[in-house]
Amino acid sequence: MTTKLFGEPVRRREDARLIVGQGRYLDDIGSAALAAAFVRSPHAHARIVGIDADAALDVEGLVAIYAYEDLTGPMAEPLPVLIPHPQLTSPRTGYPLANGEVNHVGEAVVMVVATDRYIAEDACDRIVVTYEELPVVVGVDAAREAEAAVHEEIPDNVAAVHHQETGDVEAALAAAPRTLSFTQYIERSGSIPMEGRGVHARWDADDASLRVYSSTQASTSVRAAIAAKLELSVDRVEVIAPDVGGGFGMKIVHPWPEELLVPMAAIALGQEVKWSEDRREHFISSAHERQQRQEITVGYDDDGRITALDVHVWHDNGAYTPYGIIVPIVTATQLIGPYVIPAYRVKVESVYTNTVIVTPYRGAGRPQGCYAMERTLDRIADALGMDRALVRERNLIQPDQFPYDQHLTFQDGRPVIYDSGDYPGLMAKLKALVGWDDAASLRSAAEARGKLLGIGMAMYVEGTGPGPYEGGHVQVLGSGKVLVSTGLTSQGQGHETVFAQIVASELGVPIEDVEVHTGDTRRFGYAVGTFASRAAVMSGNAVALAARGVREKALRIAADVLEADPGDLEIDDGLVQVKGTPGASIPLRTIAVLSNPLRYAFDEAAKQATQFAIPGSDDKPPVAVGDAPGLEHRDYYSPIRSTFASGAHAAVVEIDPATWEIDVVTYAVVHDCGNVVNPMIVEGQVHGGVAQGVGGALYERMAYDADGQLQNASFMDFLMPFASEVPDVVIDHQQTPSPLNPLGIKGAGEAGVIPGTAAIASAIEDATGRRIASMPIAPSQLYDLMRDENAERTMASAARTTGARA
Amino acid sequence: MKPAPFRYADPGTLDEALAVLSGEGEGAKVLAGGQSLLPLLSMRLAAPTTLVDINRLPGLDTVEATGDGVRVGALVRHAFLLHDDAAARVQPLLARATANVAHAAIRNRGTTVGSIAHADPSGEMTAVLAVTDGSVSVATPSGTSDVSWRDLFVGPLETSLHGPAVVTSAFFPAPPSRSGTAFAEVARRKGDYAVCGAAVVVTVDENRRVTAVRAAYLSVGLVPEVHDLTDAVVGKPVDSADWAAAGALARTLVDPDGDLHASADYRRLLVGALTERTLIAAAAEAAGRSL
Repeated sequence: MTTKLFGEPVRRREDARLIVGQGRYLDDIGSAALAAAFVRSPHAHARIVGIDADAALDVEGLVAIYAYEDLTGPMAEPLPVLIPHPQLTSPRTGYPLANGEVNHVGEAVVMVVATDRYIAEDACDRIVVTYEELPVVVGVDAAREAEAAVHEEIPDNVAAVHHQETGDVEAALAAAPRTLSFTQYIERSGSIPMEGRGVHARWDADDASLRVYSSTQASTSVRAAIAAKLELSVDRVEVIAPDVGGGFGMKIVHPWPEELLVPMAAIALGQEVKWSEDRREHFISSAHERQQRQEITVGYDDDGRITALDVHVWHDNGAYTPYGIIVPIVTATQLIGPYVIPAYRVKVESVYTNTVIVTPYRGAGRPQGCYAMERTLDRIADALGMDRALVRERNLIQPDQFPYDQHLTFQDGRPVIYDSGDYPGLMAKLKALVGWDDAASLRSAAEARGKLLGIGMAMYVEGTGPGPYEGGHVQVLGSGKVLVSTGLTSQGQGHETVFAQIVASELGVPIEDVEVHTGDTRRFGYAVGTFASRAAVMSGNAVALAARGVREKALRIAADVLEADPGDLEIDDGLVQVKGTPGASIPLRTIAVLSNPLRYAFDEAAKQATQFAIPGSDDKPPVAVGDAPGLEHRDYYSPIRSTFASGAHAAVVEIDPATWEIDVVTYAVVHDCGNVVNPMIVEGQVHGGVAQGVGGALYERMAYDADGQLQNASFMDFLMPFASEVPDVVIDHQQTPSPLNPLGIKGAGEAGVIPGTAAIASAIEDATGRRIASMPIAPSQLYDLMRDENAERTMASAARTTGARA
Repeated sequence: MKPAPFRYADPGTLDEALAVLSGEGEGAKVLAGGQSLLPLLSMRLAAPTTLVDINRLPGLDTVEATGDGVRVGALVRHAFLLHDDAAARVQPLLARATANVAHAAIRNRGTTVGSIAHADPSGEMTAVLAVTDGSVSVATPSGTSDVSWRDLFVGPLETSLHGPAVVTSAFFPAPPSRSGTAFAEVARRKGDYAVCGAAVVVTVDENRRVTAVRAAYLSVGLVPEVHDLTDAVVGKPVDSADWAAAGALARTLVDPDGDLHASADYRRLLVGALTERTLIAAAAEAAGRSL
């Protein structure tokens, strides 16, 4: 049986190509194209007084220079607010090129096009932009204090106040036997894909058509945006996402200024133009995420049960809000995780700062929410002297409570109703996997080696697979090849493999016959994009439905040929056969040929479908009413709401009290994403997520100074963990299928990153006995905390006989 | 991130290289492994008028280990030195420090002498040159001379060498008899520039009593710093000397700056911790060699 592939650890079919350098990334396209480079703002906040390009005009190889004054029509208008929301009361977006004012270092001011990138940068160096500097706002606290405004007409710097509540929190807090209030911070990091952004555009003047390659997570919407901004009919524009070297969220933002300016120049110049982002540009002009200040008040009883939760978050959205308030909404709604919260109120104030925009980065607000909730539970446990796992267990939603309505509105505008899950099951597996109950002996053993050991855990629930829809197209060719297409894009996740597994299983064909195409508007024009752990859920189900449509048609045609009832037929290994009747069969590829009645026999196989070969009925048309030629089907999956995956992580850290270096020695993950299409790919996604979680907890931060200069805008100083810093990950699985979609699956792409900061903060706190209220934390900062006489100590550390001394 | 225009020369002899350097003046830079220079060019933080590539120069790619010490030619890659057993026997600090230089890909191209000529105070090999009291051999149009590490390092990324000059080799003297060495560093990630590092030499007398303790630090000053810590432990039996006291002394002798990755105080903490850690290891080695 070759065709039961769903659920198997099929090796990633894209890897051989990508690993040996056969991938086709943006910069592999158009080697003869003109190159674009940008003059970007060196100031975080300034008025542009003048632009003098005279000195650049002498540069040999210069082709064109564009500034805001050169933009016309929709290009001269602000970039779109992609996701409007009633609570986003003061949205602001930039212009493709700065219009008189810059609001962060790195904002594009001038575009230069030259014969190559070196020359384009030479010309950029000679362009003199004169600025009048304005007061700079950096960080949530400065934005909140509002001594200066990022946008003059928004003096309080507040873009939006997102607010949801599920009960009378004031009354519940007043009635709570115990309460705790605290403030904590989490810093910025960023997606930092291996391949930055990039755009290549080619205008065919004779055909009046534009082809754009973009390293994007949303090719169909980039296409629509380009058509709108450049005033082209959408049918004249093709957008293709080639191999994309990682996105992790930031490439869902669109249209980036460069995605509009490069095609604009290609049309104007009648030549191919390409821009490939360099690393410094990526740091200062793409997108970041995660900085929040969180003020939390929780009411609970003597058993550790939460009775009320009141959360007030200040969320740094950077200079503009092109992606609306998605990250604030996700923080607000996913914060409460797998827990019963009788009364919950959340207010997220999304504030402007003179820094790079903040848009979803893997986890997309959830790591912050998880950090808020899980650290709250840790504090309750500490205050009560209870085991942190036990406090969590007492608050978990139970398996018989599904579907569980949290009475919140999610990022897709739909209710937050958990479709399925087994949270106590996750907890039980996690405790066993990490040896939670043996922590004391681990601690003693580490102390004997001169190390401080701590353990921490965190749980999460992740809404995945939001709509509105994705589509799939499956076509069987006369050669037997099965073409699968879906509009959403791939950034290396393994879509080619997973969608092929699904179609091969649904259709009953060898996976080798299946060829998958993604993110190409020439093949599939309707799509939303790859984000929010939605590709497997959305396009997975869409291609499954499309394959089922093909199967139904194939059986109908085969039934005619084999003179059998369609219900008596099966497809296996590419052969349609009558169940239990060996020999009564017909290859699927032959059905494909017969499905398309022909006049002309262009090859041997086609002869079978020509008009004198088919014994058709004289009183029926060759293609039946309501039918179509070809063995293909297009279908769409549109969910009523998101499906909610879940998981539990635990980290064990060892800290060297001589140097305060922090080593994550064990990282355990229990993961539930419903039915698993490919466990190897799911584990790979979890591993990658954990790596980014460790990075966010211990290494990565965007080090802005008070002037809004990003001090670590290179890989020398922005510290992504290397393989040497990422712990081995032990994984256990749980599968509670989703009742919401035909395949019973939930998203898995972001899960690994979500609890990292919370779990590692908890482990460090456990090891050191000092309250950890700001993450990430580096050894230098831990040292400061350890020798600070006023640093808060945990109750648990006071109860211990041994412990840390700075 | 593309370099500004520059001229390029790849002379076949040292004389030719010096002639090109003489002709180009201060705007010329010598290119060996390029692991520090090329990123500076790409970020347009440096814009030399000419790069003089010395990779074709003959005779600069050897490591010579003698009883006196190890001479490392200007084209010897870190990876080559790391795996040179004879060099490691004569001066064990070479391999111990080189193992901490960046990552394998960088060690394969980067040169030990180049990193010294680059004069980065966070470079491992600058500290090793200093703690071993080493020198470099410098060729100029008027001849070749030896320059002690003390006279070489002037400031961050700045040496005393001006005008046309090619550093053709570095010489690392062998440690004294009855001595031990150690190297350790703390970096945020494996292979990063060290937040702090220490290279130490402990010497004992025939009675296994400590006679000299010498330590060099990287990433704590503007140039590699060498401190004499002998006073903290002089005359003490090597097996029971108070190495923590030497660490404490070291903390009082340094005056590091803070940066993105470490405060000044944290660096000082590391100076103490790494001093104690390396001295314990070096003392054990010295004890073993004095039996």
